[in-house]
Amino acid sequence: MRTAFSIRFQILASALAALLLAAPVMAQLKVDVTAEGSSSLKVAIPAMPTQQVVDTPAGSSDALGQKIADVIAADLKGSGLFTPMGPAGLAAPSMGEVTAPAYDRWSGMGAEALVQGYVRTAGGDAQITVGCYLYDVALKQELTRQGYVVAPRDWRRAAHRCADAIYSRLTGESPFFDSRIAYIAETGPKDHRVKRLAIMDSDGANHRFITNGQSLALTPRWSPDYKSIAYVSYIGKTVRIYLYNVDQGKQRVLYETNKAVFAPRWSPDGRTLLFSMATGGNTDIYKIAASGGNPTRLTDSPGIDVGGSFSPDGRKIVFESDRSGGQQIYVMNADGTDQHRISFGSGRFATPEWSPRGDLIAFTRIAGNFRIGVMSPDGSGERLLTNNWQDEAPTWSPNGRVLQFFRTSQGEKGTSSIWQVDLTGVNERKIPTPVDGSDPSWGPLLP
Amino acid sequence: MRKIPVLLLVTGAALALSACSKKAPEALPTPPQAVATPAPTPTPTPTPPPPSGPRPGSQADFLASVTSDRVFFDTDKYDIDDADKATLQSQATWLRKYPAAKVTIEGHCDERGTREYNLALGDRRANAAKNYLASLGIDPGRMTTISYGKERPDALGSDEASWAKNRRAVSVVVE
Repeated sequence: MRTAFSIRFQILASALAALLLAAPVMAQLKVDVTAEGSSSLKVAIPAMPTQQVVDTPAGSSDALGQKIADVIAADLKGSGLFTPMGPAGLAAPSMGEVTAPAYDRWSGMGAEALVQGYVRTAGGDAQITVGCYLYDVALKQELTRQGYVVAPRDWRRAAHRCADAIYSRLTGESPFFDSRIAYIAETGPKDHRVKRLAIMDSDGANHRFITNGQSLALTPRWSPDYKSIAYVSYIGKTVRIYLYNVDQGKQRVLYETNKAVFAPRWSPDGRTLLFSMATGGNTDIYKIAASGGNPTRLTDSPGIDVGGSFSPDGRKIVFESDRSGGQQIYVMNADGTDQHRISFGSGRFATPEWSPRGDLIAFTRIAGNFRIGVMSPDGSGERLLTNNWQDEAPTWSPNGRVLQFFRTSQGEKGTSSIWQVDLTGVNERKIPTPVDGSDPSWGPLLP
Repeated sequence: MRKIPVLLLVTGAALALSACSKKAPEALPTPPQAVATPAPTPTPTPTPPPPSGPRPGSQADFLASVTSDRVFFDTDKYDIDDADKATLQSQATWLRKYPAAKVTIEGHCDERGTREYNLALGDRRANAAKNYLASLGIDPGRMTTISYGKERPDALGSDEASWAKNRRAVSVVVE
């Protein structure tokens, strides 16, 4: 299955086939994000030249050209679908070559695709313009071009958006690199763990601690517009759900009560949240306006109903309940009607999260090991993507093609770290964080 | 970073817990001064032994008085068995003796559960202990509950013995 354009389009049995057939067949350079074991596309990414070398607050314009190429290469490599060549070891093209590539030079190195670009700026605080071009080396053809104008400090966003343009053009999938993660940064011994709310870019860069660790922070969730983070905080012996406003650095309590509240979840339009509240040991799921007010109870089983994740159209909610004995996954309408179980495999099923594409539900399966898996919203086509002692709490990339989750290791020195896996289950890697991490929440594509 | 009005010490709860776990050795030894040396000169009036032991009604007094400050649960369970009942009966006896005392009952889980489910399960366990104390006549208004889920283990190992110690509901006197 290999043409001059390195087309990867393998027909697999079962669920994968359905995913594949739903994707448009492209005649040119094409990377399949769902095929297991596909070899990765060789993409040359030389440093981006600049018309004139000037200084910006983020470094000189030619240094930015090198760093932007570095970030694009790291993004593409991290997806597992590409083998980047460069920018280290490659000569940067001249400005003229950016739009007229020396194709023979790149094909001679074995590159199948070529990413070139430039950085243009007047220097100082002036905005920078980043050009981004993708070429098919064998066909000697331009596949896409994009331009981004950003403040110098936002140069990484220009790089992520260029990587997104390349990923989308070659896979036919929606982009996802230009997005952010909220998570819990962990330090200290296991019985006195300090847990701080923190945020970072999808690749771990631009890391920032939000809380200082004197309160115990858990389970953050980005609002769909990135303005706010809902999370749980223990202050002394008071547990509350807070909405933290990222720009203002202020937070407010979502709902004042002396009952136990946890597991906040945003609706896709950001106007309402789900949360779980325990009354005398019985936990149910409630819905409340983001602006506050009285909550509406959605579940009333005598067991533990917890969590919840909206379908992208906001009409359904997938949640977790032990009403049948152990934890299983259920779906209901957004008003709480028509609650029915969808998981029937052995073991327990927890932490369901509806894909932003709507086609899959990610979960934690507990049967010996804790493993991350996906299934269709009707419960069919279950596939497990990871196998480790304790993988937990998946969160979807904006395009519904990649998951992050946290992995805990055993023993007194056991630690937690954030990992990423794609839907093949093959491309798994650790996301770098300055300290240990848990509870990742992947936001949508940045506006 | 300090704009957030959230800054009380969670470590207070953790300190209280570590204090609990040390209770047995610290509370039980009797003061050594009375018996050891024979008095060389007879004293006209025997001095009463100096006051010792914890302040009545305090957390230290609670720990010294009750069978245990905690009850334990099976995996994913929250029922109160006979051993738990005996423990809670001793706690109820102490609570009747000090009717002004209030307790917080902390529910905990082992690490082999997902985080949010464990918050719900810890709440269930804390309430199971609270309900049993209430059935013994303790005013529910004197008892509050909090769930720590799997966030504050007592034993640190990843083995069944450690997990059994961590599936617990701990009564802590509010001071």
